[in-house]
Amino acid sequence: MSSTIPYHIFPLGDAAMTVDFGARISPALNNAVMKLYHELQSAPLPGMKELTPAYSSLSVHYDLLQCSRLRPPERTVFEWMGELLHKRLKMLDHEESAPSREVIVPVCYDISFAPDLEALARQKNLSVEEVIHLHQANPYRVYLLGFLPGFTYLGEIDERITMPRKMQPNPVMAGSVGIAGLQTGIYSLASPGGWNIIGRTPLKLFDKDREPLTLLQQGDIIKFVSISKDEFEDH
Amino acid sequence: MNLRIIKSGILDTVQDQGRYGWQHIGINASGAMDRFSAEIANALVGNDPAQPVLEMHFPAAALFFEQPSLIAISGADFSAVLNGEPIPSYKPVLVNKYGILQFERLNQGARAYLAIEGGMNIRKWLNSYSTHIKAGAGGHTGRPLATDDEIRLNPSIDWQPYLRRQEFRVLPWRASSCWDKEPSAEIYILKGREFSGLADSSQLRLTETTFTLTPQSDRMGYRLHGDPVEMQQKDEMISTAVTFGTIQLLPNGQLTILMADHQTTGGYPRIAHVISAHHTRLAQLSPGEKIRFHITDYATAEALYVQQQAHLQMIRYGCQLKMEQFIHAGH
Repeated sequence: MSSTIPYHIFPLGDAAMTVDFGARISPALNNAVMKLYHELQSAPLPGMKELTPAYSSLSVHYDLLQCSRLRPPERTVFEWMGELLHKRLKMLDHEESAPSREVIVPVCYDISFAPDLEALARQKNLSVEEVIHLHQANPYRVYLLGFLPGFTYLGEIDERITMPRKMQPNPVMAGSVGIAGLQTGIYSLASPGGWNIIGRTPLKLFDKDREPLTLLQQGDIIKFVSISKDEFEDH
Repeated sequence: MNLRIIKSGILDTVQDQGRYGWQHIGINASGAMDRFSAEIANALVGNDPAQPVLEMHFPAAALFFEQPSLIAISGADFSAVLNGEPIPSYKPVLVNKYGILQFERLNQGARAYLAIEGGMNIRKWLNSYSTHIKAGAGGHTGRPLATDDEIRLNPSIDWQPYLRRQEFRVLPWRASSCWDKEPSAEIYILKGREFSGLADSSQLRLTETTFTLTPQSDRMGYRLHGDPVEMQQKDEMISTAVTFGTIQLLPNGQLTILMADHQTTGGYPRIAHVISAHHTRLAQLSPGEKIRFHITDYATAEALYVQQQAHLQMIRYGCQLKMEQFIHAGH
């Protein structure tokens, strides 16, 4: 109870609400999200349907009909669910956080897998080798899985290689590793996307028939390791 | 014995009430766009609300029944015909073996639902029948139905004797889709997190002008066209959860309403959210149609949803009773 992180609760329509710990990318806030996620998973709120953890927020989706039957009269479901959530948040202990898994992710930065790598290097006045070096110099935290099944949001990258999203989305192959602002991420499935693609991993991040469905999970620490095109093909 | 797709439609998928519990790894709920109508179709044939239905757009598929089946159609009116003869929506219809169901014209609405008594013999993926096209999973082999596909049916009884040697038979009960006594032409919304960040003139514009559904509207979301709406300040946002009915403001000043196949998280301002009770109306809009928004409060939104669900419950009880009487009478 010695540490508290300020938060806001706001509605996300009439059947969900979001707890926002501060609109920032930070490991401490992401830990708070994971704490609350696990707390609510193990002891769900009444009528709770599911949870969506993000960078620094957690959204609770609930069954509006069920909640409206359970709520005290004179209160809206939103007010009542908000109060229950406040109570849970008060009991949350932010002190210790679960240990992170460390996962090595091989990436091939070959130009044939990296349609935006040369343009990014040019824009940043760096060589392609420097961009690759900077991209894998530091480990990254998996901040969230979202957008697509298994799409992995990682942060934060070296400021020297940040690039805004592209104006027009392009078709992107599964396994593609991209950059958007201070984030780097991995496309788990083929999809249109606006991130700057600088490489590809042979790992299958999402498999609908596998248990678990995704290779990575929120809170993991990953390290990119460069592999050649031959190693990619052999993987 | 199967249901065979003789000719595929533009987008016919198996859907249910949605897949919950997987958004934390980026798997959105999918499910029927118009869950209210889907539930009515299931109720009419005595199915559990969780049974899968076919969601069809126009032009819709032509379907061949290899065995006697009890069906019901709800949602959009596509002029359903059985062996060339018109059949009603919102009523259970017994279809004989070798019956062919087709849809001839788009009269009203955007999505029709077909429920079949006993459901379909389809494997669930992550506890739901809904088709997740991006993941290639759920529904019928993870994709929209194609010509020559076959779906195994599971009738709980042999419907043959009840047909009395007719090609089809419309059963004597019906359901009403009219759940609110004073239906509003407006779509009710709740203010979103970033609503207060809108310029004053844009806040007014949201409710005082109309927005038109563009052709870039599908199961993922509806792109609207209208007078541009602006934020006072354009701050970069980090990704956070969005939901069915969330109205996002795109950088070009236009609005998008997220629908059943929406992505789990987004980084655009959330101006507002369409109330749950009005999802059914939203789901039946087609490109070119105009929307007018009306801002409401939580008490109203919740009361309307409860009212809508009470209507559904009444239909379920009523249909169950009629079905028992019908089967008991033996004809």
